[in-house]
Amino acid sequence: MENLLTRYRNVSLLVALLFAQVLGLAIQVRRSPRAESSRLIRVWAVAAVTPLEKTIVWAQSSTSRTWRNYVYLRGVRQENRDLRYEIENLRLQQVRLTEDATQARRLQALLGFKEQFIKKTLAAQVIGSTGSVQSRGVYIDKGSEDGVKKDMPVITADGVVGRILQVYDNTAFVLLINDQTSGVGAIVEKSRLQGILQGTPTGAVVLQKVLADEQVQPGDVVLTSGGDQVFPKGLPAGVVTSVSAGPDSTLNIRVRPSADLSKLEEVLVITQEETKVPEVSADSAVRAADILARRLPSVPDNAAATGAATATGIPLPVANQPAPAQSAPATVVYPARAPDAGSRTPAGDAVRKSADPPMPSAQHAPASVKPAVASKPISHTVNVSDQSEAPPRAAHKAPVHKTQPPSQPTPDQDKPQ
Amino acid sequence: MPITYTSGEQVEVYRFSLPVAVLVPLVAIFLQAFLPLRFPFFSIFDLPLLVTIFFAVARRNPVAGMATGALIGLMQDSLTHQPIGIYGIAKTVVGYGASSLGVKLDVENVGARFLVTLVFYAVHEVVYFAVARGLVGLTLAWSWQHEVGSAFGNALLALPLFFLLDRFKQRT
Repeated sequence: MENLLTRYRNVSLLVALLFAQVLGLAIQVRRSPRAESSRLIRVWAVAAVTPLEKTIVWAQSSTSRTWRNYVYLRGVRQENRDLRYEIENLRLQQVRLTEDATQARRLQALLGFKEQFIKKTLAAQVIGSTGSVQSRGVYIDKGSEDGVKKDMPVITADGVVGRILQVYDNTAFVLLINDQTSGVGAIVEKSRLQGILQGTPTGAVVLQKVLADEQVQPGDVVLTSGGDQVFPKGLPAGVVTSVSAGPDSTLNIRVRPSADLSKLEEVLVITQEETKVPEVSADSAVRAADILARRLPSVPDNAAATGAATATGIPLPVANQPAPAQSAPATVVYPARAPDAGSRTPAGDAVRKSADPPMPSAQHAPASVKPAVASKPISHTVNVSDQSEAPPRAAHKAPVHKTQPPSQPTPDQDKPQ
Repeated sequence: MPITYTSGEQVEVYRFSLPVAVLVPLVAIFLQAFLPLRFPFFSIFDLPLLVTIFFAVARRNPVAGMATGALIGLMQDSLTHQPIGIYGIAKTVVGYGASSLGVKLDVENVGARFLVTLVFYAVHEVVYFAVARGLVGLTLAWSWQHEVGSAFGNALLALPLFFLLDRFKQRT
């Protein structure tokens, strides 16, 4: 036996080395990823590689900054003039948007929305990658000493990048959204369809769990839905590039990430979020209710008119009147959608406005309530006594009230207030 | 120039100083992690694998070859978020194979180096995919186009890299 081992020493060593590694792999696979059984080895490896990466990135950015700020100033005056002009335009735009935002906030308060604000972010420099196409992630130059924690979202100005997976003292590993093990709760901005944004082995990003009978078009914007409890709602995630039939009656939706994941240099780690209900003063609440009453559908006095009405719009039956008795079902009629209105609804607009800018983003308080149902067909009548039959908003939080508008909506009333 | 050695010929075995033996693999792993950020096309190359092949072939010692391969592979694994050992196993096999081949073949000329790198890149990928899929259960996409392109890319890169690393060789 001894002779045999001596004779086949090299092969024996190879088998022993492979066996040891296979055993190590088996232990790691068997334990949960949270256990981090191989953390010590990873810490050593990261400590060996990242200081050099940090030094080079620092030297590179310092040189680049010095060059840009003190040497290469060609065209700066012209750029300054252009920027001043742009500021003027943006100021004008801001006036209009502030008005819209105020109104949206009032509506959100009325509907019991909770807003999720990004309170604090931490800028970090990308210093390295994994060096493997099978593991799509990057290392940043901020770690636990800077307040970075596991599962914090990482974004750029363009959109979501990934989440913190491993934290070390001065560095952290960010798992990118195009890795096959990552998943982001996402929603299609236009159709409000929800799905899961996942990476593929080739590094592409797909939106999964969307049924084949839904309408998704190339060019549709995909936002975070907030359902994953990691990313705040409303951050841009990507744009649909192609839609085809997938397996199990689902769609195969390819998405181009909003952030350029192959050329990341600086990112923002969202270190603190804040959830709060917008504060609305008493008079503004009344005004918001008035706005709702004017813009939302009407309930005809005559129940017989119900059958004659066509219902294609999806406004929400919320108003400032007390709810009728549970035993008395009320019939709500939805007016026909205006030709130019498309699938947009006032309430849907409110949601969209809150979701459009990356910060702050709106989050619906109860998870069961869908953010919007603009493209969903809806029944003509709603039985108030049975809330499960009602449209999602009607079942939301506050008791369902019978709508009592002053008059039928007119085209003028559809304009923003 | 003969490709295989006869019993009368002496096989040249090289050794490397400790700083070179430590720093070259470290620099290779560092560049592999750093360069794809600036040049995304660089991800098709596998510098740690090339360094493994070079050291294994030059030392012509299977034990040293597999140990170098295992250490480089494990270090490469440590930078990913996947279980440690997938690259380790693949590079152990490559290190053993390359050093065993180096004992029998002349791998000093350009043509032989190109072919050896091409073959061992393929071996590395096959072992990696087998371990990742079979043992760890990862879902990986095998693309012939990508693998063939990467194999040739790495074989071409190996030529100037090996020429550069030849300067650190020391005769035993």
